[in-house]
Amino acid sequence: MASLVAMEGITKSFGGAPALRGVDFDLRRGEVHALMGENGAGKSTLMKVLAGVHTPDSGTIRIDGEPVTISSPVEAAALGIAIIHQELNTVPDMTVAENLALGAEPRTRWGVLDRKRLLRDAEEKLARVRADIDPRLPMRQLSVGRQQMVEIARALAEDARVLVLDEPTAALSDREARQLFSLIDEMRAAGMGLVYISHRMEEVWELADRVTVFRDGRSVGTSEKAEITPERVVTQMIGRNVEDLYVHDDRSPGEVVLRVRGLTDGAGIGPVDLDLRAGEVVGMVGLIGAGRTEIARMIYGADRARGGTVELEGKVLDRRSPATSIRDGIGLLPESRKEQALFAQMSVRDNLVVSALERLSRLGVLRRGAIGDAARRQMEALRIRTPPTRAAGQLSGGNQQKVVLGRWLTVGPRVLILDEPTRGVDIGAKYEIYRIINEQVSRGVAVLVVSSDLPEALGISDRVLVVRGGRIVAELDRSEATEEAVMLHATGVAAAAEKNGGTTA
Amino acid sequence: MTRTAPAGAPTTEPAERARPSFGQVWDRYGIIVVLLAMVALMAVIAPNFVSLSNGFNVARAVSINAVLAAGMTLVILTGGIDLSVGSIVGVAGVTSVLLWNAGSPALVAVLGGVLVGAAAGLLNGLLVAYLALPAFIVTLGALTYLRGTAYALTDGQPLIAEGELGFRLLGNGNIAAIPSPVVVMVITYVVIWFILERTTFGRHIYAVGGNVEAARLAGIKVRRVLLKVYLIAGLTAGLAGVMFSARVESGQPRAGEGYELDAIAAVVLGGTSLFGGRGRIHGTFVGALIMGVLSNGLVLMNVPFFTQLIIKGAVIIIAVALDSLKNWRSG
Repeated sequence: MASLVAMEGITKSFGGAPALRGVDFDLRRGEVHALMGENGAGKSTLMKVLAGVHTPDSGTIRIDGEPVTISSPVEAAALGIAIIHQELNTVPDMTVAENLALGAEPRTRWGVLDRKRLLRDAEEKLARVRADIDPRLPMRQLSVGRQQMVEIARALAEDARVLVLDEPTAALSDREARQLFSLIDEMRAAGMGLVYISHRMEEVWELADRVTVFRDGRSVGTSEKAEITPERVVTQMIGRNVEDLYVHDDRSPGEVVLRVRGLTDGAGIGPVDLDLRAGEVVGMVGLIGAGRTEIARMIYGADRARGGTVELEGKVLDRRSPATSIRDGIGLLPESRKEQALFAQMSVRDNLVVSALERLSRLGVLRRGAIGDAARRQMEALRIRTPPTRAAGQLSGGNQQKVVLGRWLTVGPRVLILDEPTRGVDIGAKYEIYRIINEQVSRGVAVLVVSSDLPEALGISDRVLVVRGGRIVAELDRSEATEEAVMLHATGVAAAAEKNGGTTA
Repeated sequence: MTRTAPAGAPTTEPAERARPSFGQVWDRYGIIVVLLAMVALMAVIAPNFVSLSNGFNVARAVSINAVLAAGMTLVILTGGIDLSVGSIVGVAGVTSVLLWNAGSPALVAVLGGVLVGAAAGLLNGLLVAYLALPAFIVTLGALTYLRGTAYALTDGQPLIAEGELGFRLLGNGNIAAIPSPVVVMVITYVVIWFILERTTFGRHIYAVGGNVEAARLAGIKVRRVLLKVYLIAGLTAGLAGVMFSARVESGQPRAGEGYELDAIAAVVLGGTSLFGGRGRIHGTFVGALIMGVLSNGLVLMNVPFFTQLIIKGAVIIIAVALDSLKNWRSG
């Protein structure tokens, strides 16, 4: 019998950047098929192709052996394919019943909404997923887990045969996750094909029948769970050549500049302890959602901490905000350039000096000569070739990133936190940014880098902190920080092995 | 250009040109062209439009709205809105005449009116900045309660100034042959221009309006910036209210009704984006002149009052539509 879903030779590029480079994938009836891989390896993209969100550049898709083209989510739904995205797709201010009937509301003979049937249908649909939810509640009053149940109920009501779950447990409590798992078991027993995308090794090992590993837009291989180990999966996930882009001089870090102790937001992040020394680069790595950005933002004072201390050169800082951090000598390059850093309509010059205006003004009046000089100096140092009066939003991604990085060089902090400093920039700008980081470090700045690009993080760092579940679970020296070691800690395999070793010994 | 070594290769902007595009030129000077075209059109249709006395008429009539629009520009640059300025004109104007009638010196009466406006703006700012309430709602509420206050202060009746109003010069009279409200207007614009172009506060206004999260992460005290902006809008509205009273030499509880819309129209016509972050004060000045020329011209052409309202409303919508089209184009 033909596979439920068979995808062959699927390719997909976004603006010249290949996301899928000829992927084969098949899904059987009555199986849970796990997809694993690093961030950006292509798992979600492939599933969005299947769900009609993206149209593939080439390749074929067969359902029950029949070739099909799926060019919209509506067509996918008609073929019985449903996807539960990481971001849920419900209307928060409508009731559960209304969400379940969205687009197919029952009407009376008179053409008005049939409220009784709406509720009755909703109760039936919810019963199929064994969810005890009042269909009259507005969606936003439900927990994320229960909203997810509603979405699954909607998919089942549309006779879905293929259900894709993209990181479904990321925001669930343990109890909600257990409920989801038993529902997954039932759907498998009923003959549905389930695709399970997750970073969490324990869950994959508990649920999956087969595992396919993705790397750089390719499928590295599909294995029956019985024939493979978690360690082997991790090796498959990272096994690639790393060019040595990251050569730098030997560094001899100085005194501890920044000392963080017990920092927590009281809700899943922390407590975090870390030390940063003058003239060193420390990488903070982990999977998406591990809490790296949250830790970085708390250190900077962008988000409020509920406990713990941040000490700069022996002085405890309190009542912290971005404004006080800048005054004290801590800078943060935020994760998202466009949303959190760039003033697209302001000039390059104004973008470069905006955080240093206190120094570049007298009694609130701008010292225009000093501002022009400071901006020109940074533009030369960063090699940004454009008139300083040009709107920053008109620059290329790489130059925009250099501008927001340059803002910090104008301020001259002693601690610089860089969250994804090379995201979305071309290779030339990447080199420039590494060079700038090296230059700052050689001047004694302490640099903390958050990066999802593992080879990059390992390449530019003197040591690496691995974050999982909002905590630092491992600290690895440059010599011991291999991609494999990091992934073992980031996915929780190392912790599980330690626990098992501990109980058997 | 060839790239030899990848490391250290400077990334130059390819689309870089010394010559600005037509679109850029139009963005900057188009509004002035519109103004000149309107003046020319009016001169043809209404022969007595281009005369010294009518010129002063327009300038006098424009000055109050222009002063309102100057403060409004700061608010809109932060991405906010202030609907209460028309009502502040009423309260401030009434207050100044009340003070005068109570025997205060002219200077105290003027300052009193201006300060009442500033106080109303301060309250708006506190609610918007520190309670994070939507500016639209806060200032809509203020529009209503301030108008009510203006009526309450005068029992709903116009308040006749006793004797000759000591500060009537602010509304009538000339200073060195120039109508004095025009002088007040010009000073206001110079001050606002200086704030926007020459102070750190001005940079912060643009930053907050352009990207509020980026502004916060860049160390800007966003709430303080918002507070000051609404305070200044209230202050300029207070000043406009005193000018109004000086012009009619009485305290009119209905003074300034609907002025908020004319002020917003002037700002938007002047090229300031309602989404915040982009705009120039001299654009607002030209925008206010356009509104004034339009009103004056329609009167001279004997266009019925109701039709005037229809035309002004259409102009406002077209101006906003052009602005949003510009945003849509630039991505």
